[in-house]
Amino acid sequence: MLLFLEQILNGLQFGVMLFLLAAGLTLVFGIMGLINLAHGSLYMIGAFVCASILSLTGSFALGVLGGLAGAALVGLAIEGTILRRLYARGHLDQVLATFGLILFFNEAVRIGWGPRPLFIDVPAALTGTVELVPGAPYPVYRLAIIAAGLAVAAFLWWLVQRTRLGMLIRAGAADREMLAALGVDSRRLYAGVFALGALLAGLAGALAGPLLAVQVGMGENILILTFVVIVIGGIGSIRGAVAGALLVGLVDTLGRAYLPTVLRLVADPATADGVGRALASMLIYLLMAAVLVWRPTGLFPAHGQ
Amino acid sequence: MRTMLTGLCLALATIALPAGAAEKPVKIGMITTLSGGGSSLGIDVRDGFMLAVEQGDGRLGGVPVDVQIEDDARKVGRAVQIAQKMLQRDQARILTGIIWSNLALAVVPRVIKDGAFYISPNAGPSQFAGNDCNPNYFNVAWQNDNLHEAMGQYVSDQGYETAYLIAPNYPAGKDALAGFKRYYDGKVVGEVYTKLGQLDYAAELAALREADPDAVFFFLPGGMGINFIKQYQQAGLKDRIPLYGPAFSFDEGILKATGDAALGVVNSSQWAIDLDNPANREFVAAFEKKYDRRPSLYASQGYDTARLIGSALRAVGGDVSRGDDFRAALERAKFDSVRGAFRFNNNHYPIQDIYVREVYRTDDGTLSNRTIGKAFEQHADAYADSCPM
Repeated sequence: MLLFLEQILNGLQFGVMLFLLAAGLTLVFGIMGLINLAHGSLYMIGAFVCASILSLTGSFALGVLGGLAGAALVGLAIEGTILRRLYARGHLDQVLATFGLILFFNEAVRIGWGPRPLFIDVPAALTGTVELVPGAPYPVYRLAIIAAGLAVAAFLWWLVQRTRLGMLIRAGAADREMLAALGVDSRRLYAGVFALGALLAGLAGALAGPLLAVQVGMGENILILTFVVIVIGGIGSIRGAVAGALLVGLVDTLGRAYLPTVLRLVADPATADGVGRALASMLIYLLMAAVLVWRPTGLFPAHGQ
Repeated sequence: MRTMLTGLCLALATIALPAGAAEKPVKIGMITTLSGGGSSLGIDVRDGFMLAVEQGDGRLGGVPVDVQIEDDARKVGRAVQIAQKMLQRDQARILTGIIWSNLALAVVPRVIKDGAFYISPNAGPSQFAGNDCNPNYFNVAWQNDNLHEAMGQYVSDQGYETAYLIAPNYPAGKDALAGFKRYYDGKVVGEVYTKLGQLDYAAELAALREADPDAVFFFLPGGMGINFIKQYQQAGLKDRIPLYGPAFSFDEGILKATGDAALGVVNSSQWAIDLDNPANREFVAAFEKKYDRRPSLYASQGYDTARLIGSALRAVGGDVSRGDDFRAALERAKFDSVRGAFRFNNNHYPIQDIYVREVYRTDDGTLSNRTIGKAFEQHADAYADSCPM
């Protein structure tokens, strides 16, 4: 039972990371209609900038802030120079151009930081474990990630539901032609939304640093899962991103933890683990297919779609 | 226009030929991992190998060599492509460099089919040690199971009654746990295979804590191991359950990344930086001078690979087309290995001592390994009997 609780926390933590990435992606996809494959590159940039600032200053907090700023600035730069020209184009052009950006950023990071992965230590204040339930110690840093992710979700909810900017974002997700016809400066809105998404991707990258290796191409695997999240949640919807991310995080982690165990009852360990893990990674796509059959526009579609 | 171009090309080719081109350098193709997660292994193998080449002024065994190095990025398809290019276009007759067993299993048969030699500086899958052993395949490092067998023996000797095992789900991962279990006489309470390249082990560590074993043995090479060791400490397990592993997760580069999370961990290796023999002392000093870092076991394997090739090139005067003579010279392994005594078994895998090392803090505050004993004397692998050679 304790183990199950711990695995739920692990799933939540993974889900929160996915949410930070999915929030930006779903807004950009929903409002500008842009498929941005280079979103994972912003995640990578956040992680690398954070690692560099950390090794220069020794402060993880400064590193995270730097990662946020770095990813947001790079996001603004590519929005202003390249992506802006793609809004009116078809999805195929967008996929090609943003895939090109992935290659560009991977190579640029390799030139700038070298091919060796970097490793970040967990900041001293967040090392160690706490016993949420007696007998089940859990790393403080992972709890901090969950807390940070939930705080960001709350902030985004407030931003989208309670502010003028949020009203424009919701309007854009529902009908962007009408929004432009009403005289809203879509250029500024788009740039702002893109920078916000980039910032969140940078945050995810910076937070992932102490858990995972900071390396070239780290954003690509997680990007695929992020697309699954926004499709499950409903494109353009923050609420959908939260639900989709937590669902995918939990299903993936619990599948990974328990499917091999279940299969081991009927097969030898290596086969059970191999098949179990293959099935566990398929579970997410099965989930996506099931959701799409049940609700073709996702769990919480943005209005008007 | 076309003749002009041809002329130009000829002129360029003439200029490009080195002055003393009378002696054509022997081409050696090195396919290794220089980017991404496993890059530190490939970089060390390359640097160790090239150190030996540099010590001979571009020659190995007195024969000039032309080493072509390509990055496989740990991708099977890419490694196969590079091998085909090296064999067909460059006509290289000696290939080496592959780090990962799954890449080696795909590449080596192609090299051998072409009549070329493959000298492995790292990957030592069981397939090539047993039924599929081949006259043109040599391994200078170890059979994949060896270091794990040593750890199994050691954990048994320490009297731990239950052990929990973790390895990635790929050929070398399965070999590793098979090797550990071959010499471990306690009870295995958990045997987990993770996805190759997995970086977050939260789910596995939670299950491990639940199983509450006496000892944990893991084989997670490269960045996987760094993440695992750090997360093992983060989860508060390091002080509760002792961790054991092969040297792969405790080389110099990795210790820099793990920091104190690895301090005091006991691991097994066929080589150690403090081995007291003339070849090793010279190698360690030269490596530190040239690269300004301590060598890892991978660097020692790269260095030994180059010197083994050198010993065989010397025997045939640089003429690799004398295949039988070249092979016989490789089998004799007439070179001073940095790990001390070294010879080949009938299956072209090493027979060697396996040491036990401990991670400690050096005088300058960094982490390194010191030898604390031997797990095996003159150890041979378990597959040699089924090799028909």
